[in-house]
Amino acid sequence: MRIDADRAKCDGLGMCEAMAPDFFEVGEDGTVVVLDERPGEEHRQDVAAAVDACPVLALKLT
Amino acid sequence: MTLVVVGASLAGLRAVESARRTGYRGRIVLVGAEEHLPYDRPPLSKAFLDVDGPSELEPFHPETVLRNELGVELLLGAPAEGLDTGAREVAVAGTAVRYDTLVIATGATARKLPGARTLRTAEDAVAVRAALDAGARTVVIGAGFIGSEVASAARKRGLPVTIVEASAVPLARAVGETAGAELAALHHAAGTELRLAAEVTEVAGDGVHLASGEVLPADLVVAGIGAVPATGWLESSGLTLHERDRAVVCDATLAAGPPGVYAAGDVAHAPNPLFDGLGMRLEHWTNAAEQGAAAARHALDPASARPLEPVPYFWSDWYGRRIQFVGTPHADEVVSAGGVTLYRRGDRIAGALTVDRPREIMKYRRRIAGRAPWAEALAFAGAA
Repeated sequence: MRIDADRAKCDGLGMCEAMAPDFFEVGEDGTVVVLDERPGEEHRQDVAAAVDACPVLALKLT
Repeated sequence: MTLVVVGASLAGLRAVESARRTGYRGRIVLVGAEEHLPYDRPPLSKAFLDVDGPSELEPFHPETVLRNELGVELLLGAPAEGLDTGAREVAVAGTAVRYDTLVIATGATARKLPGARTLRTAEDAVAVRAALDAGARTVVIGAGFIGSEVASAARKRGLPVTIVEASAVPLARAVGETAGAELAALHHAAGTELRLAAEVTEVAGDGVHLASGEVLPADLVVAGIGAVPATGWLESSGLTLHERDRAVVCDATLAAGPPGVYAAGDVAHAPNPLFDGLGMRLEHWTNAAEQGAAAARHALDPASARPLEPVPYFWSDWYGRRIQFVGTPHADEVVSAGGVTLYRRGDRIAGALTVDRPREIMKYRRRIAGRAPWAEALAFAGAA
């Protein structure tokens, strides 16, 4: 499982960080920083929730 | 088996998506009052009003995805007219649509003021943008978030704009008086004229008439004076509607009472265990998404239903500034600390407001969700 973040699309609203703070953070420039791009399968539920919660659809899970 | 979702905006769409994600293979009917496929509303008062904003509003999903991949029957441009919870039928455009499970997600409609435009739908946004494109002198009635975003869009184009607000402090109910006054300063700094404690008597052809006798000339008048739950169709349904705002009263799992009936989003009034069971009706994007998904899961599998504890969250963009609020302003104390406004309820942090601090806001959200002590939140604000 890999997290793809489209930083051009990201609006820095932070819902990903709210859902899965171990994997996402809003960075200095106000857009997302992915803390671990390849989370283990055991984190799928949290990471998927974060991806789904993005208001601007900037996150993908592949 | 049929799941009927009434309301084809964000909460309704999330209900449909989550139903399929749980593996539900029965029939899904999505009923929407507007002609459009589900689309996103926050951009209507933000990016869409920019000079170089998007020229068209893209739906969340193309129709083929909704029909074929999500297997949804669409009844759009078809407002629901009634609900019979005994027969388990929703009346839509003169016909009865039978359901086994029902998610009510009809949202809210903008409160109207004769002579003024509102900004809630795609058509509204197109009209407001056209007026701004034509260089309108703008008067906004109501200093809430929508009105402030319209003012911001006008100023970005260098157009003159006045906001007329009935209260002495804008947004006092949404963020409290201290923070409301601070946000008002953003308007002044950007050259937006703000008339507080001003009463509008009439919106006429020559402009906006105030109780003081003054007339504010305007080419575009936008009223941002709140929204009303769209529950007219439920008045004789037997569902409990809230005495004040007529929202659908639910429990914390979003169950509305009769078998199989749940509500989600702007239309739902539910107690929030996170804030001592405080009843909340939230008009927030994140809440509509979260409740929509949960309402469908709970409707399809009531045994799995758990109380939701949403942390309210909204954002608003004014004059290039990002305003973010998490939690509730219903507080025992409001404190400005380290450039952040914090709200205390009992001995816990209950809310936080930031301006241009996108890195911090979710740290407060986590504290609110985790029932963190007030003292710890204050210490964090001091250090942040």
